[in-house]
Amino acid sequence: MSPLLQGILTVIIGVGGCIGYFWSSNYVLDKYIFPPKGKDAGRNINRANAIRPWLFMLPAILALGLYLVYPVFGSFWRSLFNRAGDEFVGLGNYGLLFGDGEFRQALFNNFLWVLFVPAASTFLGLLVAQLTDRLSWGNIAKSLIFMPMAISFVGASLIWKFVYAVDPEIGIINALRASMGFEALDPLQVGFWNNFLLMFILVWIQTGFAMVILSAALRGIPEETIEAAIIDGASPTQIFFRIKIPQIMGTIVVVWTTITILVLKVFDIVYTMTGGNFGTQILPSYMMEYMFRDDGRATAVAFVIMVIVLPVMIWNIMQARKEVR
Amino acid sequence: MAANDDGIAGETSGLKIVTNLSVVFLVVLWLIPTIGLLVSSFRDRDAISSSGWWNAPFATEQNFAASAEGEFRQTPEGWVLEGNVFGEDGSGEVISFGGRRSEPNAFAPGTTGELVRGRTLTVETNGDYVYVDPDEEQPSRNPTVYFGTKVPPSFSTENYETILASAGMDVAFINTLTVTIPATIIPILVAAFAAYALAWMDFPGRGVLIAVVVGLLVVPLQLALVPMLTFHNTIGIGQSFYGIWFAHTAFGLPLAVYLLRNYMVGLPRDIIESAKVDGATDFQVFTKIVLPLSFPALASFAIFQFLWTWNDLLVAKVFLPSNSESWVMTVKIADDLLGSRGGDWGILAAAAFVSIAVPLLVFFTMQRYLVRGLLAGSVK
Repeated sequence: MSPLLQGILTVIIGVGGCIGYFWSSNYVLDKYIFPPKGKDAGRNINRANAIRPWLFMLPAILALGLYLVYPVFGSFWRSLFNRAGDEFVGLGNYGLLFGDGEFRQALFNNFLWVLFVPAASTFLGLLVAQLTDRLSWGNIAKSLIFMPMAISFVGASLIWKFVYAVDPEIGIINALRASMGFEALDPLQVGFWNNFLLMFILVWIQTGFAMVILSAALRGIPEETIEAAIIDGASPTQIFFRIKIPQIMGTIVVVWTTITILVLKVFDIVYTMTGGNFGTQILPSYMMEYMFRDDGRATAVAFVIMVIVLPVMIWNIMQARKEVR
Repeated sequence: MAANDDGIAGETSGLKIVTNLSVVFLVVLWLIPTIGLLVSSFRDRDAISSSGWWNAPFATEQNFAASAEGEFRQTPEGWVLEGNVFGEDGSGEVISFGGRRSEPNAFAPGTTGELVRGRTLTVETNGDYVYVDPDEEQPSRNPTVYFGTKVPPSFSTENYETILASAGMDVAFINTLTVTIPATIIPILVAAFAAYALAWMDFPGRGVLIAVVVGLLVVPLQLALVPMLTFHNTIGIGQSFYGIWFAHTAFGLPLAVYLLRNYMVGLPRDIIESAKVDGATDFQVFTKIVLPLSFPALASFAIFQFLWTWNDLLVAKVFLPSNSESWVMTVKIADDLLGSRGGDWGILAAAAFVSIAVPLLVFFTMQRYLVRGLLAGSVK
């Protein structure tokens, strides 16, 4: 059977199964377990209503529990074992990691990524959002800058590999260098700075995201505050930095943290562009080097990423708790 | 915003010009890389390596070799061979010529070039050449004339035909589609029920569950790879499409539940409560009222999940078999084409555009829902 057919069949079975589950579990609950009739009608309605939310949530809870909650512990547990998984080595894998120069390089580069990508994307996004705010063709401009969001990291890497190509007849960077009389060089092999060339690909993708959200936030600023500032004689720059920025600070933080988390997951760009060579390794691509070869080490790297994400996670949860209350 | 459309916010026309120009600059900067690759995907290999894509609309200079045909004539100057580099029927404009492969551009057209051992070669602009060999014996083989000429710009879909017909990109395209469809549709339904429960049903532990979902939003996928692959191997599905469907479904759920709950909570309370007063059960309220009203949020999530599963490399590398029949497009490009056809930019570019065409189409037609989804997830 062709995979596509198998896929369509899976959609039908999956969707049918879901609908079937939700409908029948609900039906059984109301009809047989706690029917709202007889002498216990009132109590039964309350009981059924106490159980129903859990019926509704059961598939989601099972999937989330199995694929996202359990792996946090499962990965940590696995990282305490050796390559084959049959010998307990304690924190040995973590020791190996920190003793490995490539891992320390990856950690350092990831640190650079986390500093640079969210800052640059948010800054550029805010810039574009503000500049296009009153432009007649602003929506078209925004749509074009937003476009890279739809492109896969692999596709984007290919697009930029072309820009960074060594041949001055292919790569625009080297073409510019040639027109200024410089020798052609491979930008991706320029130590340290090549990291920023890779980061810029992600900035290129994420600026649109930041722009869309910050643009909406800018529109949401109460008009009166700006008018009052104008009447008081504030310059456009002052209005932007003293009136607008403080009012959208909350959104800026959300954009910043969202991109930060993304940065810690993206392995595609480094994998496609340099394969982690020339000092561009980052944690997710370093992990993939050991995936399938040494699961103990791979899971240890994954857990290190988790530990780095943890503060953001806690902060997110605290923000959400505040809102729900 | 209408109040300060023109200059009221202390904006001068000078500032307006600067604003316009900077936006034009940024948009161009943002588009150049993609346009470059798009243009290149329609050019053949020789055109790509002989001139930059920014020169694609113009004629390019390329070097050719023409082996002289015909018989040598004996004249007082020596053996002479005449002909035209473009052949009998062809035409063109010679801009340089030479007698050796290593120096195809040594002489200007209309001049006589001195070759080794007293031989001379004259090539006119129209391609007519005269080759003179002062040797006594008739030359044993005909010479080759090297020349440079302008080639008019040519674009073709040849790269696309190659990539789809012989490079296996068609299989990869089908595989991507196969992964994407179930992985987009199934989580919607699972998440919608859970989101309704978290939004409109009252039960102990609801706040905690919402917090857990928010927390799971940021759990790095990397953690799930090893334990879940082990799990799949244990239950017997191993690396297969089933595995990747389960994985994508589960990985998409936190965002789905979060987006849908946020949206459903904002639905008007009156409608839902009056329906309940009229005797509708929760199940009916959900299917008849909440689900249809939540269409915009469902569409937003569907677009996100579609883009994410279509563009994913990591999950496909881990949960799908690593044989070429099961490659999705991202894996095909990253693991196969970049290695085996690393220098063949036309092919790579065409492959890239085959893989990003569908997401771009979805993006430009459904941008409204995408933006709405982003805003629902982020703006507080």
